[in-house]
Amino acid sequence: LIIMASVFEYAPAPESRSVVDIAPSYGLFIDGEFTDAADGRVFKSISPSTEEVLSEVAQAGEADVDRAVKAARKAFEKWSALPGSEHAKYLFRIARIIQERSRELAVLETLDNGKPIKETRDADLPLVAAHFFYYAGWADKLDHAGFGADPKPLGVAGQVIPWNFPLLMLAWKIAPALATGNTVVLKPAETTPLSALFFADICRQAGLPKGVVNILPGYGDTGAALVAHEDVNKVAFTGSTAVGKEIARTVAGTRKKLTLELGGKGANIVFDDAPIDQAVEGIVTGIFFNQGQVCCAGSRLLVQESIQDELLESLKRRLSTLRLGDPLDKNTDIGAINSAEQLARITALTEQGEAEGAERWSPACELPSSGYWFAPTLFTNITQAHTIARDEIFGPVLSVLTFRTPEEAVAKANNTQYGLSAGIWTEKGSRILAVANKLRAGVVWSNTFNKFDPTSPFGGYKESGFGREGGRHGLEAYLDV
Amino acid sequence: MPTTAPAAHALGDVTASDSTLRRFLHGLPGVDTVGLEARAASLGTRSIKTTAKAYAIDLAISMVDLTTLEGADTPGKVRALGAKAVHPDPTDRTTPTTAAVCVYPDMVATAKEAVAGSGVKVASVATAFPAGRAALDVKLADVRDAVSAGADEVDMVIDRGAFLAGNYTKVYDEIVAVKEACGTSARLKVIFETGELSTYDNIRRASWLGMLAGADFIKTSTGKVAVNATPANTLLMLEAVRDFRAQTGVQVGVKPAGGIRTSKDAIKFLVLVNETAGEDWLDNHWFRFGASSLLNDLLMQRQKLATGRYSGPDYVTVD
Repeated sequence: LIIMASVFEYAPAPESRSVVDIAPSYGLFIDGEFTDAADGRVFKSISPSTEEVLSEVAQAGEADVDRAVKAARKAFEKWSALPGSEHAKYLFRIARIIQERSRELAVLETLDNGKPIKETRDADLPLVAAHFFYYAGWADKLDHAGFGADPKPLGVAGQVIPWNFPLLMLAWKIAPALATGNTVVLKPAETTPLSALFFADICRQAGLPKGVVNILPGYGDTGAALVAHEDVNKVAFTGSTAVGKEIARTVAGTRKKLTLELGGKGANIVFDDAPIDQAVEGIVTGIFFNQGQVCCAGSRLLVQESIQDELLESLKRRLSTLRLGDPLDKNTDIGAINSAEQLARITALTEQGEAEGAERWSPACELPSSGYWFAPTLFTNITQAHTIARDEIFGPVLSVLTFRTPEEAVAKANNTQYGLSAGIWTEKGSRILAVANKLRAGVVWSNTFNKFDPTSPFGGYKESGFGREGGRHGLEAYLDV
Repeated sequence: MPTTAPAAHALGDVTASDSTLRRFLHGLPGVDTVGLEARAASLGTRSIKTTAKAYAIDLAISMVDLTTLEGADTPGKVRALGAKAVHPDPTDRTTPTTAAVCVYPDMVATAKEAVAGSGVKVASVATAFPAGRAALDVKLADVRDAVSAGADEVDMVIDRGAFLAGNYTKVYDEIVAVKEACGTSARLKVIFETGELSTYDNIRRASWLGMLAGADFIKTSTGKVAVNATPANTLLMLEAVRDFRAQTGVQVGVKPAGGIRTSKDAIKFLVLVNETAGEDWLDNHWFRFGASSLLNDLLMQRQKLATGRYSGPDYVTVD
């Protein structure tokens, strides 16, 4: 008996929503309590895959920022005086609670952000817990971190994070700050405030002293007020280069310590001796992970001209197998774009790409009727001069360029205002080392892409920002050294 | 001067000499171990439920080469295996038959009788299986013995010693000779013993070597060494058959063997097939599982899907 060949259709395999209980409304988290905004303002957080309203969240204004900074200042006295082993105790506890609640948090993050459950479950949440574990380990060893004996914390850290990895960016900010004895006021992005508010609950669950962590949902004006507050000692921002520049201007001339992690236009360089099948996977991971809404995305593919056709054919075949749809389905590879605003930006930039003569390609792909969606897209026939080869699109859009020699590859890879990430694909080890040394990018991946680890410092060159997060280097941003 | 197998024509004269063959095999793109294994693991997280699971289980059953390759094999054992292949689940006649039974050459005639009229094929290992350490004449006699007893398929082993020594032409010539001995009546599966080839680069080279020499199937392993079929080495071989067809128009089957014991594992392999080689390979003419204990787990899962209850190992037959 031979079974008739039929398409192997994967039946829907949705992760259950019932593991997360989202309240109809949330307050600001100040001094260990959830509280309304002073002026009573609220905003809605919606699910970008369905446009369903998930919750109504208090919107922090200037008065709330002041209240939160005061609470953090007050808490700083006792918190900073605790021995490192005590800081570690709380951080380990937080890390464990995150692991225990990881399924709940993964579903929440998928609902609020639109990214596939596969990613929140297998990437975001494990990395969040790992980051807290890692910095918990440093807390009682700061004497040995290379910053002299008994390095001191800075005080109150004002932190502003983006919407692309809401909880992970929170972890990158809060874990090193607390491990070094600082207290924090953190503003999550307006489109993804919920996981930060769940984190507030985790702080309470962990018995973290009041005021050590304060969470202020809000828009850009909230962030601006926080950054400008005179009693903030340290400002950490991850987001767009334009806003980063504004913050740098605000902070200039003050005693505030500043780290910025901004945009990128990462080059993924594929040499003719690359492991082709794995390179294709790396290109896919590089630009379609999190719908390309990743500051270190490999958004520029630089492929050696001699293998361009072969590589593009493999890449297109692979893209045709990507599964776009319900982010809660465990088999979904490509989820929703985070907001209408971001979708509009991606749409505008890709239209400009076409207008400038680039050749556009997407696999056959049906987009859901509600929510914000964008099909995985390739652009070929483009040069360094095209807008889509220069501007950060922050979406599932890959610009394909070619090179002839390693020198040309390096020159083109570096020919950008940014310098956050790069990738090198070759089976030749000596070439990896030679090329990596010449790339002006904070992270250079070889024969892989978008791999993250709390032990590895992350940050940019040029307009991608300054300062490093992660690793031993990440401690420096929060120490008075 | 090796005889050129038909598939090689599209690739020019790569098998014309030792050096052209070596240059070709060493010119294949390298395999990055970390990336390959990560891709296999990532496809392993696909969640196959309800209707998809029912389809996959029946497909997997239909792809099993139900195998007994023991020194203790007897006609009785082989007849029981044949009966099991024809009616895997005697309580449910809608269960598909397995693809084949796989035995040693001296059991082929018994196996043929046991599956007569059912459509179940008889595969025979040959060429001094599993080590392959015998003279070519002896290996070919082994193959002719199996074919003349009625084997529909021959599972040969390559000379791993020759391969590891870089003597690709010797390996190629042997496969061509065995293929010739199979004639038109038996399809040839070429076993690489991937656990002994050790590196993924070697597995890719062996895959192309086998296909150039006329393999109808490329097969991971004998089941007799420590490392047998894995998701990663099977994924790699699926890439090889996909690329080979793209270049030559010739489709070649893949058979992972050894170590696949659960339905969950089998479904993961089918996901690899689906998302790598594509649906043209989702058919037992092009994909097989070399396994013995897998079948009963597939049957138990099939019963559970049908009844909603998990019955347990006493409700499937042990043969």
